[in-house]
Amino acid sequence: MPSSPPSGMSSRHSLSAQRRRAAMWFLAPMLIALFCVAAWPLLRTIYFSFTNTTLTSLYDGKWIGFDNYLSYRKLSSGRVIWRGTLADPAWWNAVWNTVRFSVVSVALETVLGLIVALVLHQNFKGHGWVRAAVLIPWAIPTIVSARMWGWMLNDQFGIINDILLNIGLIETKIAWTANIETAMLAVLAVDVWKTTPFMALLCLAGLQMIPKDIYEAAKVDGVHPIRVFFKVTLPLLRPALMVAVIFRMLDALRIFDLIYVLTPNSKATKTMSVIARENLIDFDKFAYGSAQSTLLFALIAIFVSAYIWLGKVDLSGEHSK
Amino acid sequence: MSKFLNATLFYALVFVIVGVSVFPFYYAVITSFKTGTALFEVDYFITKLDFSNYINVLSSPNFMRSVWNSVLIAASTVGFAMFLAVTASYALARVRFKGRGLLLICILAVSMFPQIAVLAGLFELIRALGIYNTPWAMILSYTIFTLPFTVWVLTTFMRDLPVEIEEAAIIDGATPWVIITQVFLPLMWPALVTTGLLAFIGAWNEFLFALTFTASESQRTVPVAIALLSGASEFEIPWGVLMAASVIVTVPLIALVLIFQRKIVAGLTAGGVKG
Amino acid sequence: MTKPMHHARHICAVLALGAMAQTATADEVTLASGITGNAVENFKLIVAPWEKATGHTATLVPMPSSTTDQFGQYRLWLAAGNADIDLYQTDVIWAPQLADQFVDLSEPAGELMKSHFPSIVESQTVGDKLVALPIYTDAPALYYRTDLLEKHGASVPTTWEELTKTAQMVQDAERAEGNDDLWGFVWQGNAYEGLTCNALEWVKSFGGGQIVEPNGDISINNANAVKALELVSQWPGTISPDGVLAYQEEEARGVWQTGNAVFMRNWPYAYRLGSGDDSAVKGKFGVTTLPTGGGHDTSAATLGGWNIALSKYSENQDAALSLAMYLASPEAQKLRALNSGNLPTVVSLYEDADIAREVPIIPQWKDVFLQAVPRPSAPTKGAYNEVSNKFWSAVHNTLSGDGTAAENLELLELDLTDLKGSGW
Repeated sequence: MPSSPPSGMSSRHSLSAQRRRAAMWFLAPMLIALFCVAAWPLLRTIYFSFTNTTLTSLYDGKWIGFDNYLSYRKLSSGRVIWRGTLADPAWWNAVWNTVRFSVVSVALETVLGLIVALVLHQNFKGHGWVRAAVLIPWAIPTIVSARMWGWMLNDQFGIINDILLNIGLIETKIAWTANIETAMLAVLAVDVWKTTPFMALLCLAGLQMIPKDIYEAAKVDGVHPIRVFFKVTLPLLRPALMVAVIFRMLDALRIFDLIYVLTPNSKATKTMSVIARENLIDFDKFAYGSAQSTLLFALIAIFVSAYIWLGKVDLSGEHSK
Repeated sequence: MSKFLNATLFYALVFVIVGVSVFPFYYAVITSFKTGTALFEVDYFITKLDFSNYINVLSSPNFMRSVWNSVLIAASTVGFAMFLAVTASYALARVRFKGRGLLLICILAVSMFPQIAVLAGLFELIRALGIYNTPWAMILSYTIFTLPFTVWVLTTFMRDLPVEIEEAAIIDGATPWVIITQVFLPLMWPALVTTGLLAFIGAWNEFLFALTFTASESQRTVPVAIALLSGASEFEIPWGVLMAASVIVTVPLIALVLIFQRKIVAGLTAGGVKG
Repeated sequence: MTKPMHHARHICAVLALGAMAQTATADEVTLASGITGNAVENFKLIVAPWEKATGHTATLVPMPSSTTDQFGQYRLWLAAGNADIDLYQTDVIWAPQLADQFVDLSEPAGELMKSHFPSIVESQTVGDKLVALPIYTDAPALYYRTDLLEKHGASVPTTWEELTKTAQMVQDAERAEGNDDLWGFVWQGNAYEGLTCNALEWVKSFGGGQIVEPNGDISINNANAVKALELVSQWPGTISPDGVLAYQEEEARGVWQTGNAVFMRNWPYAYRLGSGDDSAVKGKFGVTTLPTGGGHDTSAATLGGWNIALSKYSENQDAALSLAMYLASPEAQKLRALNSGNLPTVVSLYEDADIAREVPIIPQWKDVFLQAVPRPSAPTKGAYNEVSNKFWSAVHNTLSGDGTAAENLELLELDLTDLKGSGW
């Protein structure tokens, strides 16, 4: 936090100093709240990842350095064996699944969300109801909607197969969630269905903050609507869109409950969070799971930083005005 | 002619969007009227109006209790988060100081850990504070995902508001608090309502924390209560009852959206100040 | 978090049975359990005599019915020393994994356990410690359609090979008559604990051992096990739908109960539901022990079932112990059998006249139950979940055509040896 500027300042200086003081007071409650809730759990997880803690003895873990991440042992035969998460093919499979899932789902959701937002932005009869209808997928608790979709995607009595058979798109009933080739597709479809409303709503809010007169000016000038979209709407919408994408990315990279319910043990869909839970809880390798969680944290941090840097997201607001 | 074609295409698009969004919910409604073996048969329409699943859900005293708990918890979480986020995002968006970017990243970092990994630590914290098995446990722990989100979104939107109105207010001698509440908030309705709604649904749907931090039926929230709805015997999944419960808890959210429509529209006209 | 209870526990061990009759204070004992539906109502009924006799109250903390969810919660709660839950209802395979957090019941319950099936008591004993008291048991059986078998002149199969042939024959014949949705055999092929149960039955009934033997030896890589998996891997797409690889208990029951399967492997719960008025198979099916295979002569049914364990963080040990003892007692088990139809773990109840009259399925199930094999949770201790996970993954891979049975089992053996290290 910056200190107050030296004395003998002009009224403009004292004003900005006053503003900065106010800013500090405004920031403090939020930071304290976050610190209280998050600091202990987060730091503990990182600490655990360097110990051999198990859930049965949470308090007697010993410091073992980076062994959970990577370590090696030399056998008497002279062969070197690598151990730890970073040498675990299951982990890298999960990383690949997660990244693949996140990139595809967020890309799809962004495009679809934008389309839905543009539609909702129009003034037409019953748009209030349509807006409410669009929000339904987001409003149903994930644990319910995941099971619901599991039911609908069932090969024998699922309605999806029934519809596709009736339309003639498929010839035999497909076991969507069982099949290694289609499991990821199924998860992607459900996730896109579920979270597009989130994207759409944030885009819509962004659209509605854009002053109307800009459009009217473009209309008067006779600019083609598609040109208006790419030249006017999209640039103005960009900040809101970028933030929406960051949060979707964050959630997608941590995706857990949908996969945990829909295809919990398929290696085609096992993501980092799922594998971390497996180790943390089921396999009683708490420290190992903590190491995986920390790696996931690091990966997300890298992703977000890269995104902010490549996407030139204006964090400090220096360029906005 | 092309105008007519455009309109047709537009409504076709609306129809597809609504259809895809609502169909699973519609199917849930159909399923909620079924019992027994009928659950395993595919139907496209309601074949018979059998309210037994609804009666089943509504007659369980703890279910309505859990709806009330959820409303209370989600509303408090959102209220708490919005209050902290509005003030914080004013500071982050409108006041120039060093390290703003870094601070924003740090706030974001809080929601970069998988939930399951922070569960044990949060549990200890909550027990240490003595709020285990009370609504406060959820209200507190939900800030971990609502606060970064609301702060970021509101900061982005607040940054885009024109400088001129703020300067005008400063010349009039308004304090930062007055600027936030009197000048910015009315302009921010679309953003406020949207983030509030998304955060509300996020809190409403949260499952893992709610399950871990409660130990009695009367304290549980809706997703946990739904997960606890069970068949008559082990392994049996009560699809009908499950769907009835899902329909019941989705309706308030739809109502919420419809109520806040007006606010979103109100913001629309007020937003046209710039330029 | 909890005050030392050394002294108190000593006394409670002595007083345990006496405590049932008289206590000075009325305590509230909380029991975390994933029991469902009617069983929740029945729970009140079952504990009522205990509440009356002791003046305590028993409160149920219901948990989601998914056992993985329960396990995760219990583990977290126990790790953090949760004093609000006194008793936990535990799955038969959890005892070795949670043993450190539960009180040893061998002293207070030693006498009572003599009336229970020794194999079940054994499954809850880790070293010398009795971790939990059995309250009911579970074992799967083969469901078959009497009408279809009769129509096509087939008999109830006693081997897996026979079952494969019969299922194929009936399925072909029925489909030729236009019954397009009919399948020969449905079971649980999803990659989860249920597949471990199914596959253990195949392997064991082919004489291929039980993955990890009681002495800790890894036995899964053998010719009989390979033979078993080779037979089974022919099923998906022929006598079983492809989707069977995503089925859990309910999906299998769905296909079965709509009349679309000739055979099904499932737990006893499907019996009552299949006999319901809206069931398409009502009165048209029978139940028998699971088949054998590869010329081996004994079949196998995976042991399921639930137990009550006492948390060492509980602050009312005496009352909690008394409730646990009561729930495992013959009286409570009889009430449970009559009300919920759960299989008792007390030997004498299988001869009980009331039970035989009210719930005839229970004495019938005794044959199934005598073939029960435990999953290797005792020898593998804390690593069981990982062992099971690796096993079902290997089986699931084989069934979905990802590698041959021989390859996958060899790989599995390697993985398990790695996991075992110098000892489980």
